[in-house]
This record gives sequence, C-alpha cells and structure tokens, in this order.
Amino acid sequence: MTRFNMPMAQVARELGLSADEYRVLVDAIGREPTMTELGVASAMWSEHCSYKSSRVWLRQFPTQAPWVIQGPGENAGVIAIGDGLAAVFKMESHNHPSYIEPYQGAATGVGGILRDVFTMGARPIANLNALHFGAPDHPKSRHLVAGVVAGIGGYGNCIGVPTVGGLTVFDGGYDDNILVNAMTVGLARADRIFTSAAAGIGNPVVYVGAKTGRDGIHGATMASAAFDDQAAAKRPTVQVGDPFTEKLLLEACLELMATDAIISIQDMGAAGLTSSSVEMASKGNVGIELELDRVPMRETGMNAYEIMLSESQERMLMVLRPGAEDRARAIFDKWDLDFAVIGRITGTGRLVLRVAGETVADLPLAPLADAAPVYRRPWVATPPRAILAAEDVVAPVGDGEALVRLMGGAHLASRRWVWEQYDHMVMADTVQRPGGDAAVVRIHGTGRALALTADVTPRYCLADPYVGGAQAVAEAWRNLTAVGAQPLAITDCMNFGNPERPEVMGQFAGCVEGMAAACEALRFPVVSGNVSLYNETNGVSIPPTPTVGGVGLIDDLDAMAIIAFKRAGEPVVLIGATRGHVGATLWLGAICARDDGAPPALDLAVELRHGDFVRGLIRGRRVSACHDLSDGGLLVGIAEMALAGDLGVALAPAPEDLPSHGWWFAEDQSRYLVTATPGEAKAIVAEAENQGIPACVVGTVGGDALTGLDGEPISLKSLRNAHEGWFPALMGEND
Amino acid sequence: MKAGVVVFPDSNCDRDVMVALRAASGGEPVVLWHKESSVPPLDLIVLPGGFSYGDYLRPGAMAAHSPIMRAVKERATAGTPVLAICNGFQVACEAGLLPGALLRNASLKYVCRDVHLRVEQSQTVFTARYAQGQVVRIPVGHHDGNYVADAATLDRLEGEGRVAFRYVTPEGEPTAGANPNGSARNIAGVFNETRTVLGLMPHPERLADIRLGGTDGRAMFESLVEALA
Repeated sequence: MTRFNMPMAQVARELGLSADEYRVLVDAIGREPTMTELGVASAMWSEHCSYKSSRVWLRQFPTQAPWVIQGPGENAGVIAIGDGLAAVFKMESHNHPSYIEPYQGAATGVGGILRDVFTMGARPIANLNALHFGAPDHPKSRHLVAGVVAGIGGYGNCIGVPTVGGLTVFDGGYDDNILVNAMTVGLARADRIFTSAAAGIGNPVVYVGAKTGRDGIHGATMASAAFDDQAAAKRPTVQVGDPFTEKLLLEACLELMATDAIISIQDMGAAGLTSSSVEMASKGNVGIELELDRVPMRETGMNAYEIMLSESQERMLMVLRPGAEDRARAIFDKWDLDFAVIGRITGTGRLVLRVAGETVADLPLAPLADAAPVYRRPWVATPPRAILAAEDVVAPVGDGEALVRLMGGAHLASRRWVWEQYDHMVMADTVQRPGGDAAVVRIHGTGRALALTADVTPRYCLADPYVGGAQAVAEAWRNLTAVGAQPLAITDCMNFGNPERPEVMGQFAGCVEGMAAACEALRFPVVSGNVSLYNETNGVSIPPTPTVGGVGLIDDLDAMAIIAFKRAGEPVVLIGATRGHVGATLWLGAICARDDGAPPALDLAVELRHGDFVRGLIRGRRVSACHDLSDGGLLVGIAEMALAGDLGVALAPAPEDLPSHGWWFAEDQSRYLVTATPGEAKAIVAEAENQGIPACVVGTVGGDALTGLDGEPISLKSLRNAHEGWFPALMGEND
Repeated sequence: MKAGVVVFPDSNCDRDVMVALRAASGGEPVVLWHKESSVPPLDLIVLPGGFSYGDYLRPGAMAAHSPIMRAVKERATAGTPVLAICNGFQVACEAGLLPGALLRNASLKYVCRDVHLRVEQSQTVFTARYAQGQVVRIPVGHHDGNYVADAATLDRLEGEGRVAFRYVTPEGEPTAGANPNGSARNIAGVFNETRTVLGLMPHPERLADIRLGGTDGRAMFESLVEALA
C-alpha cells in the first residue's frame, strides 16, 4: 500500500503526527486534509519546525540588551557592534543527516546556516562548528570524522567563508548519534537588516536560486524522530549541497539587498517551500497563493506534495515591491540563477496552492498556527551527585604522566588534523586562527574585531544539568574574555535525547534554567538558537549537549591577548581560586576511569568579577599572554600556553594544603592564567588581592621543558609529539 | 600600476588580492567579469584564488574556457604580466598559459596552513623585492595543488630558471615533510618562458598585513608596483 491509497489518519501517523494531533488538524481546517495539506501540516508541526516540546522552556532565556537588534524568532540574531554595523549570527544542528551521510549532512548544515545569516542581509565572515563523535575506537567513528570534516570544509572552503573555530569531542555517549552543530557569523549595516514577514496585498512572491528536486523530502520529519538500526535506509532524505550555487546566491542576494526591491525574504531550509511560505505569510498576518508549476524544477513529474516538501538546497523565497521584478531578475540573470514569480500575497489569511489552475491545498494559516501543538512534557529532575574532593581520590599515576596522557589523549589532543582541512584564512581578516581560546576575525577595513567561540561541557551537563548549562554559557563568556573581548550575546544549539522521556526533559529543563541564569548574570543574552531533540538511537539518548556560540567585540586590536608564552623570565599568574574540585573532571575520567562526582560549582558573581578584572588587564596592555582554564585544569592550561609559545616553564611547587592532583587537574571555575613582566605580575597580584580576587604566581616562563613536577622534566618536544600525534594516528596517518 | 582582477563565478580571494594590491600601490584595481570578452589596457592581470564554477569538473577546467580568458591569453602573449594565485594557477595551466597540471593533494585532503617557500628566481617583475634563495612564510589553502609535469618539462623549467618558488623547511631544505601536497620537486610556483606569467599555489595576499601574523607576501605586490608603476 502506498501513502496515496491509505486512510489519511494512517498517513498522518506515517508523517509523524500523533492521533491527537491529526484530530486537532481536522478540527482546525474543518475537514479531512488533502495529501498535500497533510504534508504541509505535518512538516509545520514537526518538532524541528514547531519547537513543540521546547517552546515553553525557552521563554526563560533573557533575550534583551541595549545592543540587541533582533532576538530569537528570525532567521538569525542581530546585535549592534558600533559604527553603524551589526553582527548577525546563529547556530544550527544537522545531527541526523550527518550520521546517515556524513559528507553531505555536514556540508548542507553549513550551507543552511550560511543562508540563515545572509537572508538577514549580512555578509558571512566566519563559520564555527561543534562536533560530538562517539568513542574514538567505535567502528564508525573514523568514517564519520573523515566525512563530517571533509563536508564542512568542502562547503565552507568553496563558498569562501573562513572556518575559524569550534570544538571536537569524542565520547561513547554519541556512538550512534553524532552531533554536528554549525554556526555562521555575518556583518551587516545595522539599518539594513532584512526579515521574513510578508506584506503588501498583491505583491509578487519570487523564487530564486537552485532548482527544486526530489531530494530531502521529509528531512524535517526525519530530524524529529529517534533512530533505530534502519537509520541508513533514511539516506534519501539527506539533501545534497552545492556550495558553488550558494556562492552565486549569496552574491546575487547581497547585490539585490543593496537596492530597495525586497520587502521580505526567507531561505528555504527545513521543510523547504512549506515552511518558508507559511512563515512569511503567518508573520505578516497575510495570505499567500502559489502556482506550483511555476517553481523551477530539476526533475519532471514532481507533484505538489513533493514540490512543497522538497529540501533541495540553495533556494530563497522573497516578496518584492511591485514593479521591482525586472530589476531583480537582471541581477539573478547576471549570476546565472533561476528567478521565477511563483505567486502573490493575498488578504485571505490562507495558504492556497495551485497546480495547472487547480487548487491542491487551501489551508487557513492562523488556525493552523494557533492549533499548533505545544507540550508541557512531564519531566523529572536529575538526581544530584555528591561532591568529590581531591582527598577522596587516589591518583593512579604521577602528575607528569597524567599531563602527557591528557595532552595526547582523545579529549585534549591537537585538533590540527581537523582545522587544517578548513580554509580558515580566506577573506584575509582572521587575526586569531584556530587553537586559541576564541577565534578573532577583524571587521573588514577597521582595527576592531569580533571574537567568536563555540563551547559546552556535556559531562557537566550530564552530572548536573543546571550547573552544566550555566557553565556552558560561562565558558563561552570566558573564552571571549580571555582574548580581550567584551562578550555581547550568544546563540545556542540545544541537543538532547527523546523529550518523551521524563529524565531527558529534566535534563532539558535544568540546562535551560542554568543557561538562563548565566546569561542574566553575565549580561550575555540569547539572540538566536535551535533545538534538536530525539537524539536517541535504540532507546539510548545522548548526553545533554547545549552548545553555546558566543560573540564578543574587541574595540582595539592592539589590545588583544593570545595564549602563547612570549618571553622567558615572565611569571605565570593564576587568577581565581583552586579548591581541588575533581568531580566530573577530565582527569577523573581519562586517568582514573571514573565519571562520578558533581561538576565544579559555578558562582556567577565571581565569574563576572574575575573576567572583568582579566579583560581590564588585557585592555590596559598589561599582560603578554592570557588563557582561560577549563578542561584538564591548571597544568593543562600551562602546557597549552607553553606549546603555543614554544617556551617551557619552571613550575612553582603545589601548595601543601591540597593533594597535588587537586592543584594541577581540578576544574574549579572562573580561572585564568596570564603572563607579564615580573614587575607587572607583582602589581597584578597585589591589585587582585585588593579586590578580593585570588591570584598567585604558579611558575616562570623559560627553557624548553616543564620542570618542577615530581620526576623527569617533560620536554616540550615530547609533549608536542603526544599532543600532535593522536589525531593523525586515529585517522590511520603516520605523518 | 593599473591592475585588473578577473572574477569567475565562485572566485573568493578576489577581494583579498585587491586589498593587497591597493595597499601596495595606492591604486584601485578594476574588476574583470568572466563574461566579458575584452580587457581594458592594464599593467597587470590577476587570476585570483578561490574556486571557479565550483571546480566540479576539474579545477580551472571550466574557467579556462570562459570568454574573459581568451582576452587574457592575448594580453599575456603580448607581454602583459599575469599573476595566477591558487585557483588562478589551476586556470592558467588549464588555459595553456603555464606548463604542467595541478592534481589532488597527495594526502587527498584539503590543506590550509603556513608553508615555507624558497625564492628560486628573484630576477622577475613579481619577485624583485625578494633575495635569491630567501625563505619566506606564506599560507596555502587548496585541495588540488600537487604540481606535475613530465620529466623533460621539469628539467626545462629548472634549466631555464622558471621555477619561482619551492616548498622548503624553515631552514630552506626542500624535504618531503615540507611539501604540503606532493608537488614534483617541491615546486610551489612556475613562470612562463618570458617570466611574465607567474602561477603559484600559496597565497601571498594572505600574509601581507602584520595583523594577520606576517608580511612576507607583501614584497610580491611591492615588486610589481615597483616594476610596473
């Protein structure tokens, strides 16, 4: 039996609508839907498009600040960055497609987020990504890593937007459900931001870009369901990317945006023509009529259902000013792209679709939107864990050996293998390349810059969702602060398991609350985001992973910090308190093979105070290097600075009131390392203490090894070999 | 110096090279659109990096047959200097302006990183500001930079002083480890017979500004301005 001769209620189930949702739909439109209408409604009500399980929680996020121009709800968030300019950015997931077909899944994830940003009128200036793979030795990991990295590079390199930063995590919790989160940041004039609300009865609706094919039909529905062993059979629902066409579309759209021809514009992402036409009309409280046979098509014989649900890439829908069609068409002709007037805006409040003059769908938009399901799903809080003190754990190996194992292990080993496959220098404004605390991209033609980061610590979120959610935001804030930037706003990508499981909803609720608290305290609002639920395979959900993408501003590039040790003889100063918190740390997991304990506590007032102090030092040009402490703790932070600067360090002895592993590997929060001349270092410590901020000297830069731990000095050469060798070895390369 | 920068569909280093040209010359380069079939009088033509037509067929293969390239070839034959960077180098080889071809990197992966180059020929309009044998640091970013030609061609290039740059260690040694893509004899760039066309895979425009971490690329643009102003 095909879908076309099944009872509609059964088709609805196949398309992901519950029996209740189907009844509500029939009530809302007053009759049984047609096949095309059901396709449209099921896509609009999918988790991916409707946020039906997450909406009630997301309202907690602070979204306002004087510099916020556009908060959540549009294609991307927008913040003012001075000089009449705006930063436009968003992060989005492409998890399920990337697991099924890693190259195209990841590539189209990049393509989609780029479109979200240039739809707003911004020229993309940077891409970032956050990748979570399964255990390194899982049989699929190498295949997935190779494909995802090549796909991200294949798209970003071709379109010519630098991929400047991100995060790559390996954890068995993602074995059968990897995460691929892509973020794009663009620059626009603050007074030239484009949005999606349609307006003007009778105005032409224009389709531009690539032709429509049968690829990606039901992508949004697929992304809203859990996986089983048959996941590979869903391969045809993955779209195919064409970065060349997207580059032309980018240039053509920006050229048209420089005129006054466009009233509103929306890219065709998930659920394609369905979501773009419905969103534009709904936001504008108008109706929309489309003649589907005018849609440029790549294949013959496509029916209305396929045209509306296709997720072919590199397409845009626009409402133009009347009479602007010819001017607009000339620009798209110049760039060799399709341009077709496919419909008009109406005052009926209905979505009307016609093929060869015959109506195939006629849906009332407001009732459909009002009736859209919103769930307050049952949830249970994650049980709290006991705090684990350093004294409670016996170190199985010495501190030096632990350091080398951590630096040369899955979590901390150099990601050079990844980022050398990304063009991170095109556009010639990349001031800080991958490998530091945050990427720094110059605002073209100025001495100012944006600092960018993507971060999250899923093992903290698993141990305590509230603390983990708050820490993800604080960590992004800290990364930006450590380069000297003023953190301004975040985008998020909420990757969780099956929301119909109360414990998963509990993780979601906890993370949202923690993130909201941190955003509030750090004046770091959420301006855009994405929710990816049903990251579950065969009943096993992923660790809660609320990825945070942060954007900050550096007003003067002469006052920017990098992590590299600069000069022999300079003291290394630790800012912030070390209490020896080892619960849920990397050291506990990688060295002790334990994953218990509460995550480190986070005091947001302390976070703010320490960060503001450190940023002041950088802006006052008083430090020669700066690095925030995170995974792996103090010793790892020092080692990373040493490798970056190719200078060793003589470590001061660990204090006697802590076991040494508690000093070197604890992950107490709100800490930074800075280096400065000896005189300046002394002044910094004194100033910090005056302000009630713990600070002390933990070592002195110099030599070509880390000395001062028990045992032999650790040469930079051996540390570097361990650090750089892991990834190529994983991928079967021996260079 | 009046420079023109060709823009193919999907060129993406056109702006970057214009910035570098402007910084070196103070002059404003003109854009040469790929659909044009003639070029105005110019002192220098640049084929920029990036991609062209997505390079879905073979890098540079489509662009080499675009209308603008017929005019570029005429000018090159008449002696107008042509600087062909990265994808531009691929286009120039496909168009027959330079000998050899650029295959997929030996690693089969895209590679973006700084490399060290030895200046093999400083007696040209492109390289006069470099010292013969000088080692410079300039980035590469490509998937298909593996330069090949038959042995006779390579011997002729070497014999005629037409190897422009070679991938070397920071100490100047052309080792296998210093070669990012498997190029024959570590060749990073070559000249035509009259040394008026230079093709190279590295991007001098990406390290021509101290803010970006180095200025070794700047001397190429300064050499051109000095020779052609």
